[in-house]
Amino acid sequence: MKVSTSSTSPRVEEALSHTQGAVASAREDTVLQVSGVSIRQGDVDVLEDVSFTLAQQRFLAIIGPNGAGKSTLVKVLLGLLVPNRGHVEVLGEAPGACPQRVGYVPQLKTFDRTFPATALELVVSGMRQSWPARIRRDERELAQEALERVGATRLMARPIARLSGGELQRAYLARALVRKPDLVILDEPATGVDFLAEHDLNHLLEDYQRDSHATIVMVTHDLAAARHHASDVLVLNRQVIGFGPPEQALRRECLERAYGHVGHDHDVVIP
Amino acid sequence: MADLLSIFDYAFMQRALLGGAAIAVMTGLLGTFVVQRGLAFLGDGLAHASFGGIALGALVAYTTSATGFLTEPLAVAVPFTLVAALAIAWVRDRTSLSSDTAIGVFFAVSVALGVLFLSLIPPDRNVVDVYHLLFGSILAVGPQDLRIILATSAGVTLLVLLTWGRLAYATFDAELATADGITVRLLDYALFAIAAVTVVVSAQVVGIILMAAYLVIPAAAARLWSRSLVAMSIGAVLIGVTTTLGGLTVSYLIDVPSGAAIILLQATVFLLAALTQRR
Repeated sequence: MKVSTSSTSPRVEEALSHTQGAVASAREDTVLQVSGVSIRQGDVDVLEDVSFTLAQQRFLAIIGPNGAGKSTLVKVLLGLLVPNRGHVEVLGEAPGACPQRVGYVPQLKTFDRTFPATALELVVSGMRQSWPARIRRDERELAQEALERVGATRLMARPIARLSGGELQRAYLARALVRKPDLVILDEPATGVDFLAEHDLNHLLEDYQRDSHATIVMVTHDLAAARHHASDVLVLNRQVIGFGPPEQALRRECLERAYGHVGHDHDVVIP
Repeated sequence: MADLLSIFDYAFMQRALLGGAAIAVMTGLLGTFVVQRGLAFLGDGLAHASFGGIALGALVAYTTSATGFLTEPLAVAVPFTLVAALAIAWVRDRTSLSSDTAIGVFFAVSVALGVLFLSLIPPDRNVVDVYHLLFGSILAVGPQDLRIILATSAGVTLLVLLTWGRLAYATFDAELATADGITVRLLDYALFAIAAVTVVVSAQVVGIILMAAYLVIPAAAARLWSRSLVAMSIGAVLIGVTTTLGGLTVSYLIDVPSGAAIILLQATVFLLAALTQRR
């Protein structure tokens, strides 16, 4: 927004300048700006008019039933899908414009277990943004640091085909964190791992967020994790059903609108 | 040993060895991605597509023989196979059909077109030997064939090495690679185009069957012994080159067809790899 100040008094100018500074600062502080995003695939509306804003250092949990468009929204944030309508900014740029500032942990179920690779190579691929043929000493040290951070140093030389779900999740997390991203996006990282591994993952994310002032966006089916670890929750079912702090977004009427019922998560639901 | 190697004093054996090794290098590098992406049928499909291209080349050569417009069928076969490869890539990209289905469609259409084109040429003017095209003869590699194979191998090897890191990343996980700014779709089309050129140039000399074997068996055997993709690539090249050397030697010593000897030796290495795979 451009404001003309040619005929205003110095005090008004000062006030305007202050307001513009505050707006600019708020924009700098904004990590995700999603405005009116709609995606249509075939004759199905996968996302309809989705809008929300997320500030720096927040932990956003995206929840919703199967087919709610959660993974589609992640693909939009990563620049893998271009919305039919709407506007998206990630870290102040178009989605996909700054991949080195974004760490991505995909759904583990999409992973090809026949690929010959070690956990070390997987982590280094996150550093280089290409697959390593030879690994330099500095790359090995950085990868080791990242694996250490997620408690998985012992996995370094292990073929990824032989890792358990929880170990693989740690290796992928190390891969995402090795580039020291400002934004970490995780798409159902707990699928196929036990509750202990999921618990560890959430704590590792919190530690990283605290140490690096990063922003976390995590798609999850675990309402308890959303309530206890997230600073914001986006309840999605093609449209935004609720968005805000857990105590607001996880209200019964919100969840009933998204899921149809609240199932057995009575201890999580805010009455 | 010296006696054994003396068989390579013959110029035709030297050309066969050099040509086979050059094919082994490019197909080993390329085969790594073909096998790891589950596209083992691609070599067969493109080799059969090249049959349609070579037949069309022969038809064009026949119809323009008075003007001498075209004498080398390969000049038509290369663009024909390239179009078939890009069409297969396009069908995979734009439809929900699997790679095998897309390859199967173009495989059948190309062979049918090949038969149709050849039927339009009077038998006494037909320059295409279908038996040779299918089974080839690595021992019949001429100096001009060798130059074409060496140039193609150098070009393909350079292209694959230049794009290796991105190709490998896209092979591991196309979505992760795209999220990291790699143009995966362009790489897919490039891989199919490189495979088309490799297959059509090599198949014309060593035959469709040996060509398909070179693209799949060394890489599949190397996969069973490898813990990393780079080891698989190097292993595929080494297996391809050594089985060429071994196959040519065996074929000379016990007087069996060289192509068959190379394939059977590759299959033996594959069996050995399957039996000794580190699990």
